[in-house]
Amino acid sequence: MNPIDPLKVQEAIDAFLHKDVYIHLETTTGAYSAHQNAGNMTVVAFIRNAKINFSQGKIKGKGPYRVGLKTEEGWVYAEGLTHYTIDVQNRLLMAGHDQEGRLAIALEISETPFPQ
Amino acid sequence: MNERLLVILPHPDDESFGAAGLIALKRKANVPVTYACCTLGEMGRNMGNPLVANRETLKNIRKKELEKVAEILGINDLRMLGYRDKTLEFEDEEKLADHFEQIIRDVKPTLLVTFYPGFAVHPDHDACGEAVIRAVKRMKKDERPVVYCMAFSNDRFEHIGEPDVEIDIKEVADIKFQAIKAHRSQTFWMIKKMEQELDSANPQWQQWFDKEVFWTYSFQES
Repeated sequence: MNPIDPLKVQEAIDAFLHKDVYIHLETTTGAYSAHQNAGNMTVVAFIRNAKINFSQGKIKGKGPYRVGLKTEEGWVYAEGLTHYTIDVQNRLLMAGHDQEGRLAIALEISETPFPQ
Repeated sequence: MNERLLVILPHPDDESFGAAGLIALKRKANVPVTYACCTLGEMGRNMGNPLVANRETLKNIRKKELEKVAEILGINDLRMLGYRDKTLEFEDEEKLADHFEQIIRDVKPTLLVTFYPGFAVHPDHDACGEAVIRAVKRMKKDERPVVYCMAFSNDRFEHIGEPDVEIDIKEVADIKFQAIKAHRSQTFWMIKKMEQELDSANPQWQQWFDKEVFWTYSFQES
């Protein structure tokens, strides 16, 4: 993955406008967060292959970045994105990593379902 | 009966941290080892530094690392069961136990290694251990393998006491180190830290390479 270039990411988001697309949205503190420090919570969420159709999508911020997608009946939102890639299957993969390269958030968009 | 070791754990690298020494010692003694690894750790958070993986490529990277580690440890029979990381506890418990039972009946181990349900911190660890115990409980008493459980929750001692099995693994410590190192995408930062702290003889690292401990699961009440 490469550091986010907001113009390129915006272009990639636009290419998915008004199409049925699949998203993977995830955020995680790491599964051992509370084990390592009793004062911390372990918080993890992911949705893999939610099918959405968005009429507006933007990347905002100075980095780390935020992405918001306006869907027919709601929103998809991710904050803390630092890296992106467009892979060979034309999927837009975005993620936010901490200084040690650990993923803290991911938002991915694809025209075909992500493998289970 | 010929000795046979079966290891059932959810993530590539669980075997290296907890049981690589035991596996290497068994292989040294020519005991066949089967490792059934439930997931490919595809939801892992470490992506390398600099980044080498992303959420979609991590699965394949970890699969290759697992295959390499099987080679390093001399595991004869590596089975990747195809579950998804973080989802084991949400599978049908009976079906998961069916799957494990089928593997146990096929391998016919004399010794089985898994996680101690309830005391293994990660939900996948607990779910894996629970389903393994469920599967073994279905077997006739004289058919059951001995089950060694790994536990590391902070409250383990107050509930299950001290481990009853302690294995000196110093003679295979280098193999264990190689195995941990080969799970590169997940352990690079740890290895770096270990190498930096080598001189300070950090007891946390030293423990990993001196001994491995297990709790023999007691089926008494069932």
